[in-house]
Amino acid sequence: MLRPKCSNNVLFLGYTVSDNKWPANAGRHNLGSDIMSQIDIQENERRFVVPGEEIGDSSHRSGMGTYARDGKVFASQTGIVNIRSGYINVQNFAGKYLPRQGDSVIGVIRDIGPNSWFVDISCPYNSMLHASETPWKIDYGMTGQYLQVGDVILAKVNHIDEIKNVNLTIKEHGLRKLSSGQVLEVDYTKVPRVIGKGGSMISILKERTGCKIFIGQNGVIWIDGELDGIAKATQAINIISRDAQKQGLTDTIREFLGATESHEPDEELPDAGDDLIE
Amino acid sequence: MNEKIRLINDDGLRVDGRKPDELRPIKIEAGVLDNADGSAYVEWGNNKVIAAVYGPREVQPKYLQNSAKAIVQVNYNMAAFSGDDRIRPGPNRRATEISKITAEALENVILTNQFPRTSIDVFIEILEADAGTRCAGLTAASVAVADAGIPMIDLVPSCAAGKADDQVVLDVGKLEDNIGQADLPVAYVPRTGEIVLLQMDGHLTRDEFEKALNMAIEACKDIHALQQEALKSRYSPQKEGGDAE
Repeated sequence: MLRPKCSNNVLFLGYTVSDNKWPANAGRHNLGSDIMSQIDIQENERRFVVPGEEIGDSSHRSGMGTYARDGKVFASQTGIVNIRSGYINVQNFAGKYLPRQGDSVIGVIRDIGPNSWFVDISCPYNSMLHASETPWKIDYGMTGQYLQVGDVILAKVNHIDEIKNVNLTIKEHGLRKLSSGQVLEVDYTKVPRVIGKGGSMISILKERTGCKIFIGQNGVIWIDGELDGIAKATQAINIISRDAQKQGLTDTIREFLGATESHEPDEELPDAGDDLIE
Repeated sequence: MNEKIRLINDDGLRVDGRKPDELRPIKIEAGVLDNADGSAYVEWGNNKVIAAVYGPREVQPKYLQNSAKAIVQVNYNMAAFSGDDRIRPGPNRRATEISKITAEALENVILTNQFPRTSIDVFIEILEADAGTRCAGLTAASVAVADAGIPMIDLVPSCAAGKADDQVVLDVGKLEDNIGQADLPVAYVPRTGEIVLLQMDGHLTRDEFEKALNMAIEACKDIHALQQEALKSRYSPQKEGGDAE
């Protein structure tokens, strides 16, 4: 009757996009590029917790997904415990994207003001792109000539104030309006899996489909290329999103995409924003 | 007439065969809905409850938003077919009350200050009612909140105790609720030892109250373990086999 969404999944040790470091002994087991095979070995260190479980004492500082009470650290979210540079964190499996300063995100223009745009970056808060944060010189009231409602932009979170008003910028190198291609959305907690360890997954996707792919930290993914390639990449990303907790995901995707390389992406389609994403 | 129906027999067993301090069988499952951010399904005896959580998301209507923290909005609803008689759909006095007390219980454990100006919306749907739906609803709702990845201090188990045939009993059943002497729903946060919901319907002496409260709190600890198990088995296949209890 009522069944859980994922019935035969295996836990994975998540990691953040900004920090590709792995536990010191992760590389000890030389089992190829797939992160899952290495994680499985670390059975003893992998700990799945639910809110309220005690995960550390005063020797650790409370990090993401945790809270401190009475000199102890407890989990506040469902996920996997990891310890990094003195902080104890819980890498969550679910939740809403909360923008942080410096995140690169993909957003859709939702409304136009005389001096700014309101951008949907799939988070609970309004985010704004001011005319002064664009590379263009825009006269008052002329914002609509540059970006229209429905346009997609690759932006960076410039500033968030204390009541969580988000300000974006597209001034930096590589940030721009995305004028072709398609956009799809996955859960932001699955972004590290779509990128893969050290970018292994994303490079397979790019290589085998001949597409340009940008992944925003808000979970919005932009794909551009041949229609067949886009369709293939979309299917592959949906598989990653569905099976995010399964083992051997890189192999599954490699198998799914086959050996065909329709393009040499690096020559035909230079990736301006690559460094921003990975 | 009430005297003629005996709620506890000579062997000390209740009408459904339970001992005075025995819970009805409870089954909890997390992540049952695809379109909600978090969800949970609870079968508690003959009660069947489904809870869905959406958010944190923008507050609607806007004037309700709080610039310091998230607000928790709960909608408790009994399906028209959930009871013996058809229940007229729509909010009523009782549903409004249960929505309010459930929201307040959850507000005490959710770290609302991490999401200012947002709303966490919880929908509790009673599919089948057989006494104790507010406890089952809160138990399901807290698992659903955790399933949605919303930061919280702890899961909130909830359970009722009461009095039937002059005896304190745990997890009051339908008949005991209707003709019994008292009903005492409790929600307890095991992590902090706080009581986040306490109501009483009927009469209890001070000693009976103490006994009922302690009984309910002990039961909450058992339910808490089931809640944790439900969340853990959502992500691990080996526990699917059914050692949940």
